[in-house]
Amino acid sequence: MNIIVCIKQVPNTTDVRMDPKTNTLIREGVESVINPFDTYAIEEGVLLKERFGGKVTVISMGPPQAENALREAISLGCDETILISDRALAGGDTWATSYTLSMAIKKVGSFDIIICGKQASDGDTAQVGPGISAHLDIPQVTYVKKIEEMGKDKAKMERLMEDGYEIVETPLPCVITVVKEINSPRLPSLKGKMRAKNATIVKWGVKDIGCDLHSVGLEGSPTRVVKIFTPPPRKSGEILQGEVSDISKKLVDLLKTELH
Amino acid sequence: MDYRLTEEQIMIRDLARQIAEEKIKPVRAEYDEKEEFPWPIVKILADSDLMGIYIPEQYGGTGGGVLALCLATEELSRICGGISLSLAATALGTFPLLLYGNEEQKKKYLPDIAKGKKLSAFAITEPEAGSDAGSIKTTARKEGNYYILNGTKQWITNGGEAEFYSVIAMTDKKKGARGATAFILEKGMKGFEFGKKEKKLGIRGSATRELIFNDCKVPAENILGKEGMGFIVAMKTFDSSRPGVAAQAVGIAQGALDEAVAYATQRKQFGQTIASFQGIQFMLADMATQVEAARALVYSVARMVDAGCKDVAGPSAMSKLFASDTAMKVTTDAVQIFGGYGYMREYPVEKYMRDAKITQIYEGTNQIQRTIIALNLIKGSHKK
Repeated sequence: MNIIVCIKQVPNTTDVRMDPKTNTLIREGVESVINPFDTYAIEEGVLLKERFGGKVTVISMGPPQAENALREAISLGCDETILISDRALAGGDTWATSYTLSMAIKKVGSFDIIICGKQASDGDTAQVGPGISAHLDIPQVTYVKKIEEMGKDKAKMERLMEDGYEIVETPLPCVITVVKEINSPRLPSLKGKMRAKNATIVKWGVKDIGCDLHSVGLEGSPTRVVKIFTPPPRKSGEILQGEVSDISKKLVDLLKTELH
Repeated sequence: MDYRLTEEQIMIRDLARQIAEEKIKPVRAEYDEKEEFPWPIVKILADSDLMGIYIPEQYGGTGGGVLALCLATEELSRICGGISLSLAATALGTFPLLLYGNEEQKKKYLPDIAKGKKLSAFAITEPEAGSDAGSIKTTARKEGNYYILNGTKQWITNGGEAEFYSVIAMTDKKKGARGATAFILEKGMKGFEFGKKEKKLGIRGSATRELIFNDCKVPAENILGKEGMGFIVAMKTFDSSRPGVAAQAVGIAQGALDEAVAYATQRKQFGQTIASFQGIQFMLADMATQVEAARALVYSVARMVDAGCKDVAGPSAMSKLFASDTAMKVTTDAVQIFGGYGYMREYPVEKYMRDAKITQIYEGTNQIQRTIIALNLIKGSHKK
């Protein structure tokens, strides 16, 4: 079974601060980690490999230092890694990113399943996984909490919903995005870490994967960030106490005055 | 301090630290309270390859030797000095095999130990043979191609949980110390049973049990080394394993020091943090200096053992003596810095103090260590 896992390197959220003047993340001195949701994608990929054999290829688009995230993926049991890094990719939104990743996946060639974390902890859009499925024109199953069955050309999954879960059957190959309920990611092994240290990270630029230069980076991104701000803290609510007949009148009065 | 560790040694240290922080810290108090054996943690250590770090590569380990074992034991003990014994006490039970096992024995037993599938243990102590190891009463009587073991071993770490046991028994009482022999026993052998699980002051996340041999039939091929070499096997084992106990002590001391520094910088009395008082500062400074000195000694001795140096008995005893006395002092001082809070089980420092005490007692009491050190000094002076 050929498994592809897409991961993103993100700033460790426990350390993230915003620059109030520029409204951007302060990245200096902040540790970079694998997007926490992607660690479940990696674990699920490795679990599938352990059950069905095959290999796990990890792809990440990012700056050169994202290589560290890929090495960590190897220490966790993944086999091959590809870093897509190119100045032309800077400023890409989820559309351009999922296009770029899909082009890299096409170059990889054969695959049975593509696994992504449900969203990245920095952007929180949850759009890249579904975007990859759109660009590749294959099915997607989002918010997967369990892979129930894995056949040769179809699979059955449980999708986490707000009020329960759905059971979805999908043809393969497909893209899935996973939630943290799906597994508990392992820690690296010593032999894995040693393998990671010496592993060759394949590096591809936009030309290597045949991207249309107008479809990547800032130019290929329809999204425009107009403003970023920290929402003001919500005022605490007011609890009315007393007899129902009294407080219901009071509530009506309040609604009248407050809503005006 | 920078000990010029190799990249691989740093990986081992960091991995052990990550496991300790992420997986052991949240459960250490529970294991201490319930006195249960930490099998889920053993599984994590095994999956991370840490159970085989001191075992050569040809037997499934990663070949890091005693220093690698010390680095991992220290980091695990920094968080829990009891749970770390699943590794350290298995190493103690495995050294006889590494040092005196023949190729067949090594191939049979080491791979499962290296993978962490099975634990091992070492058994010499008996109810009436502690520091006086020469007075052990467990006998091994030869009968054809077998030896029949009878007797009781006491306070065996990993007892009952381990699959393999290095056991010292008397094959010829008349010969005294030269009449002892080392055997490998497997759990489940007929006539090999376990006594009660001991209730202890500290290291309660480890199992300590009696081993009872009742006409236990052991194949002659399970002898480690040769008949009559039992005490040499035991002494050479201790030379290799004592830096591991010392590393456990350094880890416990470092853990207590870390807690004391963190507490002193946030606890306020008289309107300021207690870390701003010179009385506390001097205590912390002494604690840190002693821990670092102990660590430097432990790593140096571990490197000596790995390099195959002769005459490691004295230095090995010194590392165990100094590190364990340091652990007792530093953990006691940490409790003192915490004051009343330190005495409460809600805070972690009293456990460090309880866990530290055993390091002054087992694998030879510190009085025995001093005897070894002194005898080596005297022996050395005769050579000159």
